[in-house]
Amino acid sequence: MSDKSHGTGGLTFDKSKRQWPNELNVFGALILIIVIFEILGAIYVGQSLLFDSNNRFDSIFNEQRLRIIIIQVAIVGIIALGVTQVIITAGIDLSSGSVLGATAMIAMSFAQVSEVNGGPNPKAIFGPAFLDLPVVVPVMVGLGCGIIAGIVNGVLVAYSRIPPFIATLGMMLFARGVAQWWSKGNPVSFPTEAYSKIGAGMMPVIIFLSLAVLFHLIMNYTIYGKHTYAIGSNEAAARMSGINVPRHLVLVYAIAGMLAGLSAVILTSKNLTAQSGMGLSYELDAIAMAVIGGVSLFGGRGSIIGTVIGALIIGVITSGFTFLRLGAYYQEMVLGSIIVGAVALDQWQQQRAATRS
Amino acid sequence: MSETILETKGLTKHYGGVHALEDADFILEKGEHVAIMGDNGAGKSTFVRQITGVEQRTRGTIVFDGTEVNFSGPLDAREAGIETVFQTLALADDLNVPDNLFLGREKTMFNWLGPFRILDYKTMREATLAGLEKTAVKIPNIRNTIANMSGGQRQCVAIARTATFASKLTIMDEPTAALGVQETAQVENIVRTLKEQGESLILVSHNMRQVFDLVDRIVVFRRGRIVANLNKDDTDGQDVVAYITGAKTGAEYEGAA
Ligand SMILES: Nc1ncnc2c1ncn2[C@@H]1O[C@H](COP(=O)(O)OP(=O)(O)O)[C@@H](O)[C@H]1O
Ligand SMILES: [Mg+2]
Repeated sequence: MSDKSHGTGGLTFDKSKRQWPNELNVFGALILIIVIFEILGAIYVGQSLLFDSNNRFDSIFNEQRLRIIIIQVAIVGIIALGVTQVIITAGIDLSSGSVLGATAMIAMSFAQVSEVNGGPNPKAIFGPAFLDLPVVVPVMVGLGCGIIAGIVNGVLVAYSRIPPFIATLGMMLFARGVAQWWSKGNPVSFPTEAYSKIGAGMMPVIIFLSLAVLFHLIMNYTIYGKHTYAIGSNEAAARMSGINVPRHLVLVYAIAGMLAGLSAVILTSKNLTAQSGMGLSYELDAIAMAVIGGVSLFGGRGSIIGTVIGALIIGVITSGFTFLRLGAYYQEMVLGSIIVGAVALDQWQQQRAATRS
Repeated sequence: MSETILETKGLTKHYGGVHALEDADFILEKGEHVAIMGDNGAGKSTFVRQITGVEQRTRGTIVFDGTEVNFSGPLDAREAGIETVFQTLALADDLNVPDNLFLGREKTMFNWLGPFRILDYKTMREATLAGLEKTAVKIPNIRNTIANMSGGQRQCVAIARTATFASKLTIMDEPTAALGVQETAQVENIVRTLKEQGESLILVSHNMRQVFDLVDRIVVFRRGRIVANLNKDDTDGQDVVAYITGAKTGAEYEGAA
């Protein structure tokens, strides 16, 4: 140890002792994966994955593929923003995909038009009083459904001390049941024009990135974020410090539920229909994004930025395999391996930190 | 001097059938440093937990700084001015030094934002540096998470809370039990600094040399009861050991144990 770090009071912001942010490692992994695909692309298909190798665009990038990559991860990415916060508290949320499914059916039922091609809406769920409603109604219903599911999760976890895995597994089955029961398996279709604009075009991406920025700020600069990390890091210490841990957990799960509800609104708007199977296994994709992005399943560590990069890694891999014309099964094998690798790395880091102190 | 900061009368804690603490009468004057000694399981930590509101006592009264208190939780005690360094460190590994010092009582701005009110990092950082300076605690970089710090550095972080919050009473439960020689010396230096600053202190310790180095008075616990109250200058290590093991019991406590 140098003298410098041992002065009275240790009043140093000694730069050499600054920690290396984990997000840079995740970002490095993203770059590495891109490089691998570029090389494989050059060898096997004679094209570039992300760059404009055929001069079809004004920029140097293949804008079309970039857009596809980010649109396909945006909706699950919104869920992943909430799941990230839950995992940082050392919890897990397995219900988000099913909550999306149930919310899709319910919210869409409040977004329907009365007339389709001159005749009455053949898919109408409710009577005329509930058709042609202003767009805020289905949006509020969607967010509300998500928040309610999240609060139930949070109360189960925080007050009845049911392990998060079981509590949210129960919600996962329950919400999927609700989705199927809602219209007896029939799709809910024909939304109002205003509703169909919510998820049109690049809107999912814009919403995803705006929320990512918002939650990045919240997690880093507000008391909510600080307590979320503190609870995941050492729940007993958080309790001892006077943090109302149960109440905070309910808030975290409620936010995660709200984001699942919002994804349902965006997805149904984009697809112009709601189906009871919507969001199937999205919870796993969202968890994968967070874990690949460096969010620790032990709690306390990880960030929104990490999860966004994790989402991009999944997007690049998915597009990359299609681009290389390889089957989806290879893609899933690789993704599975990366997830296990990321958790193994985290475990290893955790053990190393434990033995050092 | 001779103004009482803490007084307990008949302080008792039963865990079901376990009588962990029985009728403890204890007095601490302002600015005084007192050691609590005793075998493992003697009830020292239990005593600390009753004073600091971590647990609710079975019976007895606690008078702190002139008023009878009933802390409903550790935060209550802390707000009243009792800072505690617990035997098991109450620190969050993934947070940095200021975050840990201010955990649960963060300085914030825009408080109308409720749970999303903004952290005033600058103020907290400055207060942390001032606190570390007062206690001469050495930390390489306060912006790093404490996960990679040594046991001694963490213990110092926990102790620095005291200096940062200008408390009226500091309680340390075996602060050096898990530390190496050098780290122990560092913690002991902090304790001396606190003495110079007139801070009242209760130090739970097994380390005889440390106790005789640092405190004015030694209180011995045995099987949940106080069995001796000794001025440092009127006693020695052998004497204290005799009380700890039960070979001797203080005159005023005869018949108690
Ligand atoms: N939460 C508890 N439940 C039951 N018994 C306890 C509890 N905490 C402490 N005890 C018992 O109370 C006695 C005193 O413990 P403690 O105060 O930790 O001793 P010390 O700190 O002096 O080593 C021990 O016999 C211990 O087993
Ligand atoms: Mg103890």
